[in-house]
Amino acid sequence: MDLHKFSISQLLDGLKNKQFSSTELTKHYLKRISKHDDDLNSYISVTEDLALKQADAADKRYHDDKALPLDGIPLAHKDIFCTKGVLTTCGSKMLANFEAPYSSTVYERLNSKGMVMLGKTNMDEFAMGSSNETSYFGPVKNPWNLRNVPGGSSGGSAACVSAELAPVATATDTGGSIRQPASLCGLTGIKPTYGRVSRFGMIAFASSLDQGGVLSRSAEDAALVLEAMSGHDPKDSTSLNYEAPDLISDINKPIKGMKIGLPKEFFEKEMPEYSQKSIQQAIEVYKNLGAEFVEISLRNINLSLPIYYIIAPAECSANLSRYDGVRYGYRCNDPKDIDDLFMRTREEGFGAEVKRRILIGTYVLSAGYYDAYYLKAQKCRRLVANDFLEAFEKVDVILSPTTPGTSFKAGEKTNNPLEMYLQDIFTIPANLVGLPGLSIPCGEHEGLPLGMQLIGNSLEEAKLLQFAHSYQLNTDWHKNMPNL
Amino acid sequence: MALTDKELKEIAYLARINVNQNIFPSLKKELQDILALFDELNNADTSDIEAMSHPLDLSQPTREDQVTEVNEREKLQKNAPLVKSGLFLVPKVIDGED
Repeated sequence: MDLHKFSISQLLDGLKNKQFSSTELTKHYLKRISKHDDDLNSYISVTEDLALKQADAADKRYHDDKALPLDGIPLAHKDIFCTKGVLTTCGSKMLANFEAPYSSTVYERLNSKGMVMLGKTNMDEFAMGSSNETSYFGPVKNPWNLRNVPGGSSGGSAACVSAELAPVATATDTGGSIRQPASLCGLTGIKPTYGRVSRFGMIAFASSLDQGGVLSRSAEDAALVLEAMSGHDPKDSTSLNYEAPDLISDINKPIKGMKIGLPKEFFEKEMPEYSQKSIQQAIEVYKNLGAEFVEISLRNINLSLPIYYIIAPAECSANLSRYDGVRYGYRCNDPKDIDDLFMRTREEGFGAEVKRRILIGTYVLSAGYYDAYYLKAQKCRRLVANDFLEAFEKVDVILSPTTPGTSFKAGEKTNNPLEMYLQDIFTIPANLVGLPGLSIPCGEHEGLPLGMQLIGNSLEEAKLLQFAHSYQLNTDWHKNMPNL
Repeated sequence: MALTDKELKEIAYLARINVNQNIFPSLKKELQDILALFDELNNADTSDIEAMSHPLDLSQPTREDQVTEVNEREKLQKNAPLVKSGLFLVPKVIDGED
């Protein structure tokens, strides 16, 4: 049986009807990982023994008629989520030997629903990057073309789900790290509203922007897993005080009569012809489903990139000050005094991109520059938020490209940080204002997939998934998977 | 705004990151390029605008101050690079006789 072709609900049916066991399913995926992942490098750790133990426990629950909601479904976790007793590296030399003493809420929640962890996925170091080339554990390859990047920072999660080395994976998104790799690997990727998914045990990069989410092969799969991991968590003080949203009940409801906003500023940007064509075709699909299109204006949207590259590094410089070579993580050899210990530990333990961002963050927060940069950026952030508030008075969702184009060649942008930053030009605004966003496949160019982005109003993940699902019921882009 | 050598040295020390002389000029150029990106914000009128530090403008909740964690020193120190008798070891920070 081609078990790796099954959707999550098909897998749940198969497990319930005893067509196959979770142990068989888990072994099937482990076998695919050992066969294909040497080429892709999508996993940092494969937790085979733990996976088989969890699968066995799931099988016993099925046998006893006590199955949990997602019992026996394998998944991969981005290596940013702490998992007790398992290596949690965040893609960094700094944490290359770090065994988490506790588990993240995301891991605990999905574990308590019966999900089986196959392993931890590769990522850009500390989630800083858009190509998965900054990982200490080596770059991840795009399964559609091994010479190309899978996107980042959740590139390992995207590559493994796209190559069918996991049915679904967790991921995180600070400026586009779920949606951009989803677009480049032909997947569905959702970043929920800020605060929907607990950040407890999710290694911090930029705390006011970081949000956990899902990379999957369909909106329906994403809905099942996102619902299971969402909801209030007293261990995260920024967690929203709402129960997990119901993302499944309305997913099949028609979108007829609902309104989609097209931000003119996004469509004024230079875009390859194939991108324009794919987006235009997607618009036609939605028109045929009865959606109405409204041109909207997000006047201050062009401020998003500079705002992001002030706020994210500022928060990163504070968060990453904890890596000091004393309490955990990497430590340099033979420090001659305490400053030498700190300064060489951090020089040797962090990669170039992480250091660039810490230095930028330190600069914008330093005496004399705080008002000019950080405070100014926080004010401009509100200008962007006001634009979205106004837009959502008129429309249900906002549609745009996810990325400027399809995946690019490995090494093409590594020497030019600014060009790499432009990868996230369409995705960053949703993080700045905390709104939910998703990317779904809507086309292909020269054998590489391309996604479109839908941004929803605060807390409206269910509506976003409804839009994504109705598109996927009427198109086949999400069903295309690479040939390994 | 141009980043001077002196400023780069200062922020590198504030951030406690040693910068090798070999990469100093290229790093300075990269950081300058990123800082140049920020000029665009100068054109935005923010005179009556309040800073936004939380994307949903929520404030932090409070709770009763209760002990919720048990002492797990040994377990937590398992990840420490250098520990002796339950203490983290660092180079000497106080001058004087040994």
